[in-house]
Formats: sequence, structure tokens, C-alpha cells
Amino acid sequence: MIVYLDNAASTPPLPEVLAAVAHAMTDLYANPSSAHGLGAAAARALAQARSEVAALLRAQPSEIVFTCGGTEANALGLLGAAALARSRHMVVSAIEHPAVLRSAESLVGKGWQLGKVAPAPDGRVSVESVLASLRPDTAVLAVMLANNEIGTLQPVAEIGRALRAAGRKLHFHVDAVQFAGLIPVDVETLGADSLAISGHKLHGPKGTGALWLRKGARVAPLWDGGRQEGGLRSGTENLPGWVGLGRAAGLCLQDPRAGVAVAVLRDQLESLVMQAIPQATFTVPATTPRAPQIASLRLPGLPAEPLLHALEARGVYASAGAACSTRTHGPSHVLAAIGVREQDAVLRFSLSRLTSESDVTAAARALREAVDEIADVVKVRPRGTRP
Amino acid sequence: MTTILCRFGELFLKGGNRHIFLQTLINNVRAAVRGLPEVKVTAPHGRVVVCVPDQARAEACSRLERVFGLVSISPAASLVPDIDAICAAAVAEAQAAIERNPELRRSFKIEPHRSDKHFPLQSHEIACRAGDAVSAATGIPVDVHEPALRVGIEVATQAAHVFAERRPAPGGLPAGVSGRAVLLLSGGIDSPVAGWLAAKRGLAQEALTFHSPPFTGEKAKDKVIALARHLARWQAVSTLWIAGFTDTQKRLRAAGRPELAVVLYRRMMVRVADLLCERAHCGGIVTGENLGQVASQTLTNMRNIEVAGKHLILRPLLTYDKVETTALARRIGTYDISALPYEDCCSLFVPAHPATAARLSDVERAEATLDIAKEAADIAEQAERIVL
Repeated sequence: MIVYLDNAASTPPLPEVLAAVAHAMTDLYANPSSAHGLGAAAARALAQARSEVAALLRAQPSEIVFTCGGTEANALGLLGAAALARSRHMVVSAIEHPAVLRSAESLVGKGWQLGKVAPAPDGRVSVESVLASLRPDTAVLAVMLANNEIGTLQPVAEIGRALRAAGRKLHFHVDAVQFAGLIPVDVETLGADSLAISGHKLHGPKGTGALWLRKGARVAPLWDGGRQEGGLRSGTENLPGWVGLGRAAGLCLQDPRAGVAVAVLRDQLESLVMQAIPQATFTVPATTPRAPQIASLRLPGLPAEPLLHALEARGVYASAGAACSTRTHGPSHVLAAIGVREQDAVLRFSLSRLTSESDVTAAARALREAVDEIADVVKVRPRGTRP
Repeated sequence: MTTILCRFGELFLKGGNRHIFLQTLINNVRAAVRGLPEVKVTAPHGRVVVCVPDQARAEACSRLERVFGLVSISPAASLVPDIDAICAAAVAEAQAAIERNPELRRSFKIEPHRSDKHFPLQSHEIACRAGDAVSAATGIPVDVHEPALRVGIEVATQAAHVFAERRPAPGGLPAGVSGRAVLLLSGGIDSPVAGWLAAKRGLAQEALTFHSPPFTGEKAKDKVIALARHLARWQAVSTLWIAGFTDTQKRLRAAGRPELAVVLYRRMMVRVADLLCERAHCGGIVTGENLGQVASQTLTNMRNIEVAGKHLILRPLLTYDKVETTALARRIGTYDISALPYEDCCSLFVPAHPATAARLSDVERAEATLDIAKEAADIAEQAERIVL
């Protein structure tokens, strides 16, 4: 039995996606830029995929730039905007994914100044603190929609509205990698300039992603070459991957209520765990706006990695919110930012549209047993007293 | 074809056993180059010679550089023993060498060796002729005292060899001539280095590691397998035993005071290694222990651990500083694997304050609550064996 609750790390590709990828690899092998009929067939498939991704984000197909994944899409949005900026101040939230955070930090050595907005203990950055950290010369701002570790939703649309109200002319980039797929995204309402998604987080193939770039917003390409993707992303199109991403996006759209159903299962998992394990707590309050698929639970005084292995032995696959089980690892930057102690395990169970109620009950039961097994051993060495 | 001349050092010292040492070395060289296309290994007097097609030369050299017992290797041109051919080869080898490293242009020397005394020219005449040729072709001056470049010429009855490159090999003794041992291998930095050093002194080893699922994950196990595979490239280990330790570890932890736990675990590991020694015909146990590094590695505790087994325990790293061990780990290529982060087999079970000088009577009293011999036998019996 496999109970796969690590969908925030990667989702299984759907059969329709596999079929679309196989079809593209088998029959659409020509280069979409070629002038002949086979090239035209490939170009049509690519256009179809672009439309499907645009539809998922309620955007125009011409606003979609395909990439090799969420990291590249984030880099293109952030570094691409920075390359064209007139001033050199950037603001990001302190709990961004490393794809954004390290891209931003990479500019610090190149004359940029970087401001980081700390979250409140509930794992959200406030609109006020974002606005307060902006300077007249701030050129780029990045805030994620849903945090990948703890699932908290950030007030992106409110920030976008406030920027517009204040008449700010800066590039507002949004990482939607953990958000898109289950909840409808409407880029028009976000007030953002660019937004990144990843294929394998929404049952598409790995190695695929896309950047939505608002019509009129400009970024510089990260490299040059054959100038595919409107000149923003040189390199022969990954047609099978992007066709698969298009199909995955289309399937998300067919199931607009999926986010609600997944949230119900997530709540069920959390309440089962809370009943079964008295010492378990929410990493952030359950009332915090959160992505529907992520349950982040804190188990005081227990090591995360052995708990994961104990869960795995029972067929349940999850992740640590932070790999703080070994001496070489501290808590992640996200958990540190919201004040999680190093000696507490934070486990992340992440669901998908494929998760069933029996998965959730099995996971709660397995976690109960795993906690018993590990707690029995670690009482030898109270984690808090470790040198 | 490229000929690689392989030189060995200490073997000459071994008197009556010399032929056994030499045969082991030849076998190890054969094993190292096995799988290369059209490879031929011969052992004319005083050396081992490997012939491979030119395209396999780099791979053959990198494998031979990891054979214990060899002190250096030289890829050489092999030709008929004729002075004109020898001079031409000397020029070619010298030019290739200065192309690889322009600093060698400073000066050169010809080092001839004539084992075929029927060859019409004497050694110094060979040196003069080849030296003139190299000098004329490259313009490098001769310096017979401290040359930057040394061109070796060896003339035997069947063939002559010319080389300008000497690559160091690890030295030591051929793995196997000193017998066989069980290596206690973890995912850490020390034990792979200990195994390498033991192999350098001629020990062939079977590695034994302990795995405590669910406290250790698959990745921790894969890491030890990767380390064992890397050591196997040095012919330091041939086999990896993976022993399940969880249940015994839990019982041991419950059997005595928490601060005794580490000594109890280590004694059990030695007992299991003892059983494997008997099964795999090994004469000793190699560990990465290091005097004073952690609580279990005091004189008292090493003694407490040692007396649990019957076999000799060797600790090649006993007096190494951590920086020395780390530097060696980097040199032999195990460091990057050891540095991977996965939880090791005992780090969770280690008490906050382990005893630095456990009383043996306390330890034995704790063990008396369990059927210690059966625990060890069960672990050894159920260990998984991977041939590397």
C-alpha cells in the first residue's frame, strides 16, 4: 500500500498527461520552428498547450513563456526584471522558496540592495509590512502565493491593489508554484507583473514550467540563442513536456472544485491527528488562510527524519517541514522565521486531487504508531538538552 | 597499443615470501584492469607490464593508480630495440610531456637502463644518442643533476620502452597479502579512511555496517553502499554486509543506564563482526576508532569494547587528528560521500551524556539481562550480503 502525501514535493503525472507526452514524443518530433507540415503540427500542439496554460491562469496565450520548471520561471521573472530595472533595490518576503530567495540574494554582490519582509508568527507577511519595506527606488518585489513548507497564503492580491493605489511602478513577481492547480488563479485580480508555475506540482511532467508575463511588462531573457518563446527563452521547445503541462493545466480546469474537496480531506487529516496524538499542534493556526493541500504539523521534542522513516515503513510518504533531525541541519529558513524550535519535528503532509479519505485515515493511524515508536527511543536523550 | 610499466617497492624486501607477494600483486593488477578491451598483463622480471589499446590508456592508468603495492606507473612507448627507433620515441615522449606541462622545458635528462647486455650500445652511449636527438628537436638543455624532465629508456631483449611520465601509485602492500579482516563501516568520515589504510598494509576486507530502520532511512543505507563501492575501487573491500540493528539496539538501550548505551552497542557490533570473521575466514576487525574523539573512544571504553570479541581489533586512525583524517578522506575520494547529510545508524540512540569510563561489571550486568550470544547470532545470520 502506498499512501502518497508528498504532493507539495511532486505529484504523480495523470494518465492523460502521460498519453499526451507519449503522443508528442512519438508523432510530434519535428521542430516547431521548421517550415514543413510536421513542424506546423508541432507548432499547433505547442499553441494548444499555451492556450491551456493561459486558461488555467485566466491569461492570454501570448502572455505565457514556457520554461524548464518553476525555478527557471521564477528566475526569469525576478532576474529578468532586475536586468532591465533603472534602480537597484529589491524586496522579497523572507519565506520565499530558494528559487526566489537565492536568485534575489545573487544580486546583492552586483550592486543591489535587498530587503526581506519577515512574516508574522502565523506565517503570513502583512500588506503593511510589505509596503513599509518599499523604498522610492524599489524596482522589484516578489511575494509568493502559497508557502511550500507551511502552506500559508500570502495577501498577494491585496498587495497588488495597494501598489496600484499608491501608483507604484515596480515589477511585482509572484511565485504561484504551490498555488496553481487546485485553486483557480486569476492573474488579472492579482495586480502582478509576472507569475511562475511548475508542471510537476499539478500532475504534469517534471522539467516543465511557465512564466506568465503581463502584456506590457518586460523582462530580459536569461540567455540568448534561437529566440524561441518570444525571444525570452532560447532553446528548442520541450514539446512533449510542454504539451504534457498543457494537458495537466486543462485537467485542473475541468475540476474547479478540487481545492475545496482537498481542503476537506486536509482538515479531516488534521483533526484525526489531533485526536490521536495529544502533543501534536498546528505549525500555524488552523484559521490562517492556507493552501488546501498542505497540512503542516508540529510534534514537540521529536526528530523529524526518523518519524518519516517510521511512516514510510507503514506505507505513508510525507516530508519534513524542515530536515532538522541531524546535527548538520538547522531548521529551514521558513520555520526559523516563524519561531519553530530546532528540537521539534515539523511534518508536512501534502495532498492532491488523487488523495482519498482512506489515505487520510491510514496516514493518521500510521503517524500515531510512528510517534509511539520514535518517542519510545528518544526519551533516552531529551532533544532539548542536546549539546 | 600503450604499454604501462608498473613498479613495485617493498615487495623486494619480503625474502622467501616474495613470490607470494608478487603473485598477489599481479592478480590485483589483473583485477583492476579487468573489463578493459584487449588488455594484457605480463610480469617480466622486476615489474608488472600492462598493455592496452591507446584509447583505454587513461582509464587503465587511473585504475592502476589505485592498486596498493605499486609505487609508480609510466605509460610508455613500446618498440623494437633499435637505437634510431629509440631516439625517435624519446623525442616524441619528451615533446608530449612538455606539451602537458610547459614547465618541464627547463631541462632534461635521459635515464637509460639496459637489461639486454647484447644490445650494441652501452647505457651511456644510448643516453648520448637519445639526448642529442631530444636536444636537437626541442632545444631543451640537459641537466644531469636536477632535470625537470626525465626520459626513461629501458632496453630488454624483446622490446625497448621509452617514457617521460611517472605517475605516483599508492605504495603499500598488495591487498590480501596481510590476510583478511572485517571492516566496521559507517556513513561517517573515519571508517572508510580506516579501511583504506588497512588495505594499504595488505588487508583484504569485508565491510560490515549496521542499519536501524526506521531510525535510519534508505538514503543512509545507500550512502554506506556508495562508500563501500568506492573502497572496492581501491580493492580495499570486496563485500558489504548490512546488518539490521533496530530491535537489538532497543533492547540494549533498555537493559542498562542510558550512559552505558554506546558501549553496549559497540560491544554488540564487535560480537557480530566476530561471527562474520569466523564465517568469512577473517583474522581481525578494522574500525575507524580514534583515541579521545568521542566518549566511547577512551582507553577504558576501547578496552571494554575489545574484550567483547575474540579477534584482534585494528584501529588505523587511532592517533589521527580530525583534520588529518579529513584530508586523507578527500584525497581518496570518500569525503564527498561521507559528507551527505543522512542520519547515521546510532546518532539517535546516543545518550546526552555517555559514560567515558564505563565499569565493565556494570556493562556485563546490563548484558546479562539479555541472551547476548543469540542476539549477535541472529543479527549476523540475517545480515544482507552485497558483493561489490
